[in-house]
Amino acid sequence: MAAKRIYMDHTAGKPVDPRVTEAMLPYMSALYGNPSSIHSLGQEAKQAMENARAKVATLINAERKESIIFTSGATESNNMAIKGYAYRSKDRGTHIITSSIEHMSVMNPVKYLSTHGFKASFLPVDQYGFVSLESLEREITPETILVSVMYANGEIGTVQPIKEISQIVHAKKAVLHVDATAAIGQVPVDVQAEGVDLLTISSNDIYGPKGIGALYMKQGVRVEPMIHGGGQEQGLRSGTENLPSIVGFGKAAELAKAEMQAESERLVKLRDRFTRGLVGAVPYSFLNGHSAKRLPNNVAVRYSFIEGESMLLSLDMLGVAASSGSACTAKTLEPSHVLIAIGLKHEEAHGSLLFTLGKQNTEEEVDYVVGVMPDIVKRLRKMSPLTPKELKE
Amino acid sequence: MYTEKVMEHFRNPHNMGEIPDADGVGTVGNPVCGDLMTIYIKVKDNRIEDVKFKTFGCGAAVATSSMVTDLAKGKTLEEASKITRGDVANELGGLPPIKMHCSNLAADALHAAIEDYKKKQKGLGK
Repeated sequence: MAAKRIYMDHTAGKPVDPRVTEAMLPYMSALYGNPSSIHSLGQEAKQAMENARAKVATLINAERKESIIFTSGATESNNMAIKGYAYRSKDRGTHIITSSIEHMSVMNPVKYLSTHGFKASFLPVDQYGFVSLESLEREITPETILVSVMYANGEIGTVQPIKEISQIVHAKKAVLHVDATAAIGQVPVDVQAEGVDLLTISSNDIYGPKGIGALYMKQGVRVEPMIHGGGQEQGLRSGTENLPSIVGFGKAAELAKAEMQAESERLVKLRDRFTRGLVGAVPYSFLNGHSAKRLPNNVAVRYSFIEGESMLLSLDMLGVAASSGSACTAKTLEPSHVLIAIGLKHEEAHGSLLFTLGKQNTEEEVDYVVGVMPDIVKRLRKMSPLTPKELKE
Repeated sequence: MYTEKVMEHFRNPHNMGEIPDADGVGTVGNPVCGDLMTIYIKVKDNRIEDVKFKTFGCGAAVATSSMVTDLAKGKTLEEASKITRGDVANELGGLPPIKMHCSNLAADALHAAIEDYKKKQKGLGK
């Protein structure tokens, strides 16, 4: 039945670009040296690592490659930025601000700190998911040491006005951390132009390997290390470096820098065709997030009267992989906090469906999914006791 | 994640629909939690002659609804009252642990429909 495979869940995971795999392979065989070693095999490894660091720095326009600390991924980078900066700066203040639509790897470190001597504020967002700048101005005080706001949200696609947020944060002498995990490789992230002090990125989001990411730290911004040991990564992240993945991350960053603009333009066209098709084909279907100020690959919709997991299973039966913010697909039995924060009712959040596009998706695939959705929705609505009479025929 | 039996019932649910002149109707769950089920029964000579369901919810919610209607059909009210959540899950070859308590409400809906039938009978003085 599922002869074709249409993968539209790129926020959950992306394939590794074959050019990246190729770049990594020598570091899993002949080039196995440890970058800390004095001999030439070690020094070759060190050189490869520093080349990769420079490529990652270039992707986000960091002022120097030493501002890049390699980590195991976005979750570690977020923990390092938030807990590391808070512990380092607790003598200056104990207040931290974040938004109410952050990823769990920002939310939970902030909540953790709020039970360990820090105070936390969660900024509300509007119906599109834009952080309220007025409430940021209101909440920020001389006690505030850190503000953490994501660059873009992977679930609803909304891209935040980082530069404006940065101006407010810096006027109060606080530091800005930005989780750019969902945005990297899709929109040009420029830490200098946008005034970012700490920035989280991960490799798989730019078609690199999983299990590797980075934290950008502006010169002069210091964090406490979370992992102590042999003092690698300037003493901030001990442990022998994951060289094959670092090399892969570097290659992926180089490719993203070169190819992002053309690919994003292609994706925006595909995204808008997809959204128009989905929402146009079925009554009581809506777009989540903002129609224009959103990530190029993000198509987040919701259907009234039905539940997301049922839609995912129905799509999977046709070979289509997507995602949902329904509680029924979560480990927590709670619908996505992002969808609740933008003001959706629980039952609306349950009916959400998220398609995230990638390099290999085509117009033909988008049209196929647009074509099959009406029957999927119709069948589930026929089954649902919530469906109004006039929709049942 | 789900057994083939669950997917079979999700793909082709049995007894889906409403019974307009049902003798008993039971609704459990809440759209806020993501699962809402209604079971309709038609009773003749103390037996469940016909049973149908309507469900808003995940794959497990649909499959358990379908399964409970299969189990209840043709049973006496006493027999049907003894069908448990565990019976429904077992017949489906098991459910993922997290779905055991949230989406496995179909037996409850069946029991609510039987209660509703009994209450109506009392009201009619039978």
